[in-house]
Amino acid sequence: MNFDYLIDNWRRVLELTVDHLELTAISLALALLIALPLGILVTIAHATSLPVMGGLGVIYTIPSLAALALLIPVPGLGLGRRSAIVVLAAYAQLALVRNIVAALRGVDPATLEAARGTGMTWGQVLWRVRLPLALPVLIAGLRIATVTTISLATITAWVNAGGLGSLLFDGISRDYPSQILAGAVAITTLALVVDGILRIAERMTPASRATR
Amino acid sequence: MSQAGVTTITEHHPRASAIAFEGVSKLYPGTARPAVDNISLTVEPGQFVVLLGPSGCGKTTLLKLVNRLIEHTGGRILIDSAEIRSFAAPALRRRIGYVIQQTGLFPHMRVRENIAVVPSLLKWDKPRIAQRVDALLTLVGLPPNDYRDRYPAQLSGGEQQRVGLARALAAEPTTMLMDEPFGALDAITRSRLQDELHRIHSQLGQTIVFVTHDIEEAVRLADQICVMREGRIVQFDTPLQIVLHPADEFVAELVGAHDVLRRLSLISVADVLQPVDIEAEETIPANADLRAALGMLIENGTTALAVTDEAGAITGSVDLDTIQSASSPP
Repeated sequence: MNFDYLIDNWRRVLELTVDHLELTAISLALALLIALPLGILVTIAHATSLPVMGGLGVIYTIPSLAALALLIPVPGLGLGRRSAIVVLAAYAQLALVRNIVAALRGVDPATLEAARGTGMTWGQVLWRVRLPLALPVLIAGLRIATVTTISLATITAWVNAGGLGSLLFDGISRDYPSQILAGAVAITTLALVVDGILRIAERMTPASRATR
Repeated sequence: MSQAGVTTITEHHPRASAIAFEGVSKLYPGTARPAVDNISLTVEPGQFVVLLGPSGCGKTTLLKLVNRLIEHTGGRILIDSAEIRSFAAPALRRRIGYVIQQTGLFPHMRVRENIAVVPSLLKWDKPRIAQRVDALLTLVGLPPNDYRDRYPAQLSGGEQQRVGLARALAAEPTTMLMDEPFGALDAITRSRLQDELHRIHSQLGQTIVFVTHDIEEAVRLADQICVMREGRIVQFDTPLQIVLHPADEFVAELVGAHDVLRRLSLISVADVLQPVDIEAEETIPANADLRAALGMLIENGTTALAVTDEAGAITGSVDLDTIQSASSPP
């Protein structure tokens, strides 16, 4: 086990890292687009909590490889990036929705009533007061989902979705430990860096700056 | 504040609203007794009305019915003769200032952004908002240059409440609703803010409905006190009448009418002032209470005090007999 592969092929490792990041970013963007309205729905309509959270829990229990295999025959998805994005977005739902609900419910009800009292409409209360105040907790939830997605995106190389996972699968099939190590190091570094950036973002939100 | 004072204010400020409750009730589903039970009450333009009562008497519910944070289930509420449901709730609320205890400010917004909330909802232009923010900070006694860019967490409780008051006043509302705004403050800060509110009300003259359970605060601020119990009005009268002639045992207990010194502390020298000039060495300001006057009499071994107005001129006298007759139980 040595760093020969990483040293000799650092350009390729870097390319795959960018590719991996892109796959993660697209998947999370799609995931947020679904999770945000779902989270708001569950927050304001308590009755939807059980079916929504239950459904997401069921999705989460499907083994990821099985989910990928199930999507291969689906027209429009098949082998490749699209199936990977669908699976990654679906797996992020549980963590995202759960944290969005916790973040939105964590905002002081008295502050929300004060917001209504000033004459804000429902949407203005949400956008101007509730979401900004929930933002630090929202980003904390996003951080957890992001790190999970980065590691899960390794598996999706199995359906030719690209990313750093291809180094691992390739290294295993060629019995080339140095290549596996290069992949592992790159994935870990990527996860740590993105985690750090989101931690800083968490502290930069107006709500957390204001209380320091 | 005297009734005469109110009249002058309304003459100068026609932009104060009249609020009328006509047989108003609020019944929560699944409860036997209404939280607000068939209340009829008229608040004149420019009046400072205090809703007073123990917790659970319905005073906060009654207040929130006015800006529709709670919807009434019976009767009518009119602001300047228009039923409040004829307006969309957000539009109605933008015309009504609303101040609550402690948590009312938005912690993620700077002081200037907090104050600008309603003007920006009303789409005022930026220079006008900036000008208004500074004028309001000055009005509530906070130098704009020191305070405009701070966050609420960087303010003391009293300063936060001043900003809350400025925010409520921002769009020149004709009605202000205040829900125990000074409840969480220490005694000194509270009394200072009561004075400021009194000054601001005399200056701007809008109609104020103010909720408290503190009788001394009520007497200090109110033109009219509305004593409530179990969702109903027990007595609606001037502070002096309520202290001197409580409607029943409940009100007497609430205002502490049986305790002579307490009774005296709720009556101001101006209320019993006799317009006769006497030879007295000691003077007392007209806005002092009778307990303080009694204390001075005992301290100085005299039987009468000369009463001075704000300018320091002698306007009359108060003597032991007057204090004694005011102190006799109802």
